[in-house]
Amino acid sequence: MATKLPEVDILLVGFGWTGAILAQELTEAGLNVLALERGAWRDTPTDFAPTFIQDELRYYYRHALFQEPMRETLTFRNSPDQTALPMRRLGSFLPATGVGGAGIHWNGQTWRFLPSDFVARSHNEQRYGPLADGLTVQDWGVTYDELEPYYDKFEYLCGISGKAGNIQGKIQPGGNPFEGARQRDYPNPPMEMTYAPTIFAQAAEKVGVHPFPCPSANMSRPYTNPLGVQLGPCTYCGFCEKYACGNYSKSSPQTTILPVVMRKPNFTLKTECEVLTINRDSTGRRATGVTYVDAQGREWEQPADIVVLTAFILNNVQLLLTSGIGKPYDPGTGQGTIGKNYAYQIVSSVNVFYDDKLMNPFIGAGALGVGVDDWNGDNFDHSGLGFIGGGYLACWTTNGRPIETHPVPKGTPMWGAKFKKAVRDSYLRTATVSTHGAVMSHRNNHLDLDPTYRDVHGRPLLRMTFDYHDNEHKMSDYLTAKATEIAKAMGGREVDAKPRTGPYSIVPYQTTHNTGGAIMGTDPRSSAVNRYLQSWDVPNLFVMGASAFPQNPGYNPTGTVGALTYWAAAAIRNQYLKHPGPLVQA
Amino acid sequence: MTIVEHRPRRQGRAWAGHDGRRGIAVALFILAAAAVAGPAAAMDNSYAQVQRGRYLAAAGDCEDCHTAAGGKPYAGGRAIPTPFGTIYSPNITPDQATGLGGWTRDQFYRAMHEGLSAHGAHLYPAFPYTNFTRATREDVDDIWAYLQTLDPVRSRHPPNELPWPLSMRWVMSVWNTLFFDEGTFKPTPGKSAEWNRGAYLVEGLGHCGACHTQKNFLGADEGGSFLQGGGVQDWFASNLGGDHRDGLGAWSKDDIVEYLATGRNRHAGAGGPMGEVIQYSTSKMTHDDLAAIATYLKDLPSQPENAGSDSTWDQIVGFFEGHRSASDNEDGGAKPDDKVMAAGEAIYVDQCAACHKADGTGVPGMFPPLRGNANVQARSPTTVAHAILYGVRTEPTNARPTPFAMPAYGWKLKNPEVAAVATYVRNAWGNHAAPVTRDQVHDVRTGIVASE
Repeated sequence: MATKLPEVDILLVGFGWTGAILAQELTEAGLNVLALERGAWRDTPTDFAPTFIQDELRYYYRHALFQEPMRETLTFRNSPDQTALPMRRLGSFLPATGVGGAGIHWNGQTWRFLPSDFVARSHNEQRYGPLADGLTVQDWGVTYDELEPYYDKFEYLCGISGKAGNIQGKIQPGGNPFEGARQRDYPNPPMEMTYAPTIFAQAAEKVGVHPFPCPSANMSRPYTNPLGVQLGPCTYCGFCEKYACGNYSKSSPQTTILPVVMRKPNFTLKTECEVLTINRDSTGRRATGVTYVDAQGREWEQPADIVVLTAFILNNVQLLLTSGIGKPYDPGTGQGTIGKNYAYQIVSSVNVFYDDKLMNPFIGAGALGVGVDDWNGDNFDHSGLGFIGGGYLACWTTNGRPIETHPVPKGTPMWGAKFKKAVRDSYLRTATVSTHGAVMSHRNNHLDLDPTYRDVHGRPLLRMTFDYHDNEHKMSDYLTAKATEIAKAMGGREVDAKPRTGPYSIVPYQTTHNTGGAIMGTDPRSSAVNRYLQSWDVPNLFVMGASAFPQNPGYNPTGTVGALTYWAAAAIRNQYLKHPGPLVQA
Repeated sequence: MTIVEHRPRRQGRAWAGHDGRRGIAVALFILAAAAVAGPAAAMDNSYAQVQRGRYLAAAGDCEDCHTAAGGKPYAGGRAIPTPFGTIYSPNITPDQATGLGGWTRDQFYRAMHEGLSAHGAHLYPAFPYTNFTRATREDVDDIWAYLQTLDPVRSRHPPNELPWPLSMRWVMSVWNTLFFDEGTFKPTPGKSAEWNRGAYLVEGLGHCGACHTQKNFLGADEGGSFLQGGGVQDWFASNLGGDHRDGLGAWSKDDIVEYLATGRNRHAGAGGPMGEVIQYSTSKMTHDDLAAIATYLKDLPSQPENAGSDSTWDQIVGFFEGHRSASDNEDGGAKPDDKVMAAGEAIYVDQCAACHKADGTGVPGMFPPLRGNANVQARSPTTVAHAILYGVRTEPTNARPTPFAMPAYGWKLKNPEVAAVATYVRNAWGNHAAPVTRDQVHDVRTGIVASE
């Protein structure tokens, strides 16, 4: 029996990027905010000290910072006609647990989506006619121009290092000419470029496309953000993704917001408290709070005026489904919204091997690289190509971590003396061009509750049904061919392309860019939340994060997650508090 | 977990236990009521006086020593380690049985001015009445008025752990005869009003010399070493004189103000005991007062090399313990061994350079530059050894909320390695200070372990 606690104004379920931003914004509005985080408290000096954080075995291979499948996992299948099985070891994606969430172990690649990405259905239909059968692509209900001030706010919070390509409509040399207009340049200049991206930039120019330094949440110089929180300059140690930064050099809730918000008397964080269910009143139209369980196994009922889901997308969607909020999506009929349009990313790579050029990959950073955006979104004419969307190409030098990094040419044995020799020859002499492609929503790809398997609390596990379809394969092959073309211009001895083929596999690591399941939109029949991320069904419930993406464009999601959170926070502060209730009339 | 910066307390909750924001009005009502029945002194209580008192209590860093870890503010019970034994700070909330509830305003002034308790017993100079005696009667009365508004907390501190004969309080009358110079601050003619305000704060309520002045073997200020640095709780409180190498010579007046107000500046970040001073005291002070302190400190003379290097006390301890103490340093001019410097540099590049940079320039305002750093070159290597062994967590303030910290290396570097890298940073890039021995590192390592 849960013990009832005093009511709070705002209850945040999960305390990563979106929770931290809302905690800051809503405490500024004078509200009493409580965040419940299922994992532990973590801060840079205690938990991420540079005396021990650069430990591949502990952090990547033994998953020290990630969600433990023993405690929470999901089941997976490629298509609705298969039986899903539980993922017992993390692979393709690496959700986090603990304060800061995956904002701790990300690389820091911080993009804006293209203006056309937000109107993917109407834009593509207008230009190319009806979409292919099975694509359930939708417009977002919010435009790039509306989000621009909030992208800006997130970039200045983080201290993004980069080079603007379009300031107020004026194309800037050296930046990404395809990006939407931004009000001003990035707060910090681009990072120092290493050798491989430099060669890539030269080759890209030779091929006639438009290279630019990628926007990075690794600091190119010391930075103090608008909240007064300080970040240190990146040391290029090459331990970003899968690791926490010990040098305060990578933007995270800990390095940008928590030092301020944790000092506020109207903010409370409770760690090791896992929310079990969202409670509603008898009408079902109003959330009354949540029930959570603490580390001792005691259950508590926490009333709240507004409940905001600020967990990872998989947890947001599971909580909506297990709490019975909204109508679950049915891939057979296309009816229902919760779990709809789960999407991901499709990635591939091309290696260039050299005899004489040393790339020194151990000098790296998670978002250190040069990108090319000529084939992203609708930056190019798709007529006759058989797909919509695209992705960026980039040459990153994220790391040369010894256990993980052993690029070898095709045909090299996987062990033994020849393998060792190939690693010795190639470790310093390899550059990689990667492609980072969109996944367009498909009728079959969705999230629902598993009929068989349950979690530690007895709730059904989330079931993921996902595969790449024609659009993804055609697009990824196209991008891989373009990447190969530039790679060949990079002057190496050998170019090996590794296209993404066959069905999606949940085993090898690819990216933690899971999206959708509680998508935003303009119509309650086809979306779970409105353009302010407010639940259509329960107006005092908001759902943050990439779960709101109707499909996943060809960029990393965090920049847009940050912008959407600030956008929603402004709507709560400026509109909802004055007139509680639906912010959009259905 | 919850971290709340401003604990809701103090004025407005004195006796009634009222919660919320009606505070001040209620307090004034109660105080007015109390004035009828209470001692005549309460007649002076007013909002303005209480606010002045609150400010002056911050200037005196009272809360710091009079609050135990996790305890109620001002309820005492904090262990104050001294070379003679542990003293526990008393409860100075107005509780009748265990605090200052039975005291009068005059008795409080006598404690501050003469170092005597309400009953006339001698207080130990761990309570810095040797400095507080400089405070004016008016300021002490204001502090008294403020302390009267605190929640009375029933809390008795543990008995002091002092050996005979120091356990007998009357012994301090002899000590006072030898070392105590009673008397209110007298402005120095010919110095500016700002300088004199700074002197008043530094020498009086601020009691900077309690840590920053070397003590003799009886715990009194060593003659001629005022504010030239001293040992405190396994740290070395740095030389505040004008010396360029190990003093404040390279700090501008603005640097000092910024440091005291925010806990950091381009030279340093405050951790350890000074971090507490920033938190409880100087970050709450006005810019004008901090500027006055800076003006006064910048006027302190610099000292010839090696002045005040060894306190008598350190010599005696060293004699009995059979080895050199951590703050011992007979030859500030000794040249470090080349092999030690090479070993130290190798360790530095691997372990330290990521933040402090290969050339020791650091990241000013975040990771202190070690090149030209006064603490690094202090005549005692205690602070640098402490920082390497145990790390340092800088004190976050509202102005500088990021809690930058140096991680501990005691678990991964052995004493000779700590000694080598400490010697290196004290002598690289134009720095110059005596080499650090493994015994000195051992002392700092074990000293801290023993006190935990």
